[in-house]
Amino acid sequence: MSRVLAGTGVVAARASAGRRRRNWGGALAHLILVVSVVVLAFPLYYALVISTQTVEQATSVPPTLLPSTRVLENYVAAWQKAEMGRLLLNSAVMALSVAVGKIAISMLSAFAIVYFNFRGKQIVFWMIFVTLMLPVPVRIVSTYEVISTLGWVNTYWGLSVPLMASATGTFLFRQFFRTIPDSLAEAAQLDGAGPLRFLWSILIPLSMANIAALFVILFVYGWNEYLWPLMVTTRGEMRTAVVGLEALVPRGGSELPQWNVIMAAAVMVLLPPVAVIVFMQRWFVKGLVETEK
Amino acid sequence: MKRAVFRNPWLPYVLVAPQVAITLGFFFWPAFGSVRLSFYRASPFGDRLIFVGLGNFQRLFADAAYLRSAVTSVIFSFIVTLVGLALALVLASLANAKIRGLALYRSLLLWPYGIAPAIAGVLWLFIFHPSYGLLPYLLSFVTSYQFNWFLKGWVALTLIIVTAVWKQFGYNLAFYLAGLQAIEASVLEAASVDGAGVVRRFLAITFPLLSPVTFFLFTLNMTFSFFDTFGIVHAVTQGGPGDATSLLVYKAWKDGFEGLQLGLSAAQSVVLMVVVIALTTLQFRYAERTVTY
Repeated sequence: MSRVLAGTGVVAARASAGRRRRNWGGALAHLILVVSVVVLAFPLYYALVISTQTVEQATSVPPTLLPSTRVLENYVAAWQKAEMGRLLLNSAVMALSVAVGKIAISMLSAFAIVYFNFRGKQIVFWMIFVTLMLPVPVRIVSTYEVISTLGWVNTYWGLSVPLMASATGTFLFRQFFRTIPDSLAEAAQLDGAGPLRFLWSILIPLSMANIAALFVILFVYGWNEYLWPLMVTTRGEMRTAVVGLEALVPRGGSELPQWNVIMAAAVMVLLPPVAVIVFMQRWFVKGLVETEK
Repeated sequence: MKRAVFRNPWLPYVLVAPQVAITLGFFFWPAFGSVRLSFYRASPFGDRLIFVGLGNFQRLFADAAYLRSAVTSVIFSFIVTLVGLALALVLASLANAKIRGLALYRSLLLWPYGIAPAIAGVLWLFIFHPSYGLLPYLLSFVTSYQFNWFLKGWVALTLIIVTAVWKQFGYNLAFYLAGLQAIEASVLEAASVDGAGVVRRFLAITFPLLSPVTFFLFTLNMTFSFFDTFGIVHAVTQGGPGDATSLLVYKAWKDGFEGLQLGLSAAQSVVLMVVVIALTTLQFRYAERTVTY
């Protein structure tokens, strides 16, 4: 500090050097960010390019990095080869039910925990917390038993219901409900509104931003879940798109692998969640910040 | 603390019922089943279970293949986490300037979050493809070494590491950039005026002030690389060549679902449970201090 006060001239000189450095720093920042963005985007660009080429172009050496014209043929081939329509439908059903179910279930429990006193509240709360420590890989074998006992193998129920418990969702809504002034609920009560009416016409409308944020995160989670659908489905027509794509990956064999068709399929499978993120950008960022803390 | 507003003897139980039912049926019961099963072995004809005490665990820890898998998983997770974080931290620090368009950069960095690990794996598989991939082609100008992940274990491991780092990179970078924005520019400027160089400022100020972000990203990336990378291994390398990329989650699944060694697979699930409990505890140790649930 004393050195700073020693001479204003020195400080001024340093400051202008700092300004110059900042401008230079700004250019460097842009350079680094642009390079990062380009490097990050390259694998997707490459996949898009391959998906427009012929098999010969896709497997040529040196590799061709420019798009070609076989767009329609490749995508139609991919659609037919993998029964992509059915797979995408399964993924959509699973992702939407997981997202909507998780939101509904965690909202109801958060509502009960914040707005009611009841015996066993602490136990319920800790039970929900402990689910964080029990991801799918730690219950591989016995989960299948439960699902098959219920007769849920190869069903949409089996794909979605078991994934609907959500500690993060419950915590998120609990946090949010606690910031809502008590007077609001008291006023609603004075007006003769019961708890469900209060939940429906006041809490839910107030929670819309949180719901949207959670929806993006959970839709992406449901769409991209891999181990779960792999375990609870055995028939091709009940597989999800992400798992179905694996069947297209060539494992040795003598025929020339149709990488152009595989990449077209990959693009179709990855597009929906990425589109949700891009079009719901604002809520996605909110969701990332809120659910991961 | 918020006052519980509504009074109703049964409504709160109805509200938490779905969450509790799913938690008990699909989390607690199968987790309990995994623990129970880990003490049993199927009889030679598979018609009944024989109690073997800690026999499965003894077998597991005496099994060279399992120990290799554990070592591979630890190496994989630490490389993915440390390389990913170091890369993101260095680039974020260099790019830390007041520049325009940060929101746009953030969007362009975050979209890979929407891509399933398995699909990310397929995109990189092609880039690494020994016959017509871009990377082996470029490397062929530099060296005659065959970068063939079908044959060489370390190349296959590199492939899944690159995939995982790529998938997490934009996310890590975006969180570091946000963390850096929160550091007062005046602190760094004061240090600069006091004569601290770039490296010294980084080590003495930026790095310590960013430690909460680093800690958060560390547990998140460790959890990701331990548990969410199953899809990459299953869709791309299938644990091979040999067992070079047989990560713990993949091995637990394979021994249980393909090998039908239920007891052994359950014992592996129990080991994974210990890992996830450790990671979650670590995460909430820290979270307790910053957010109150």
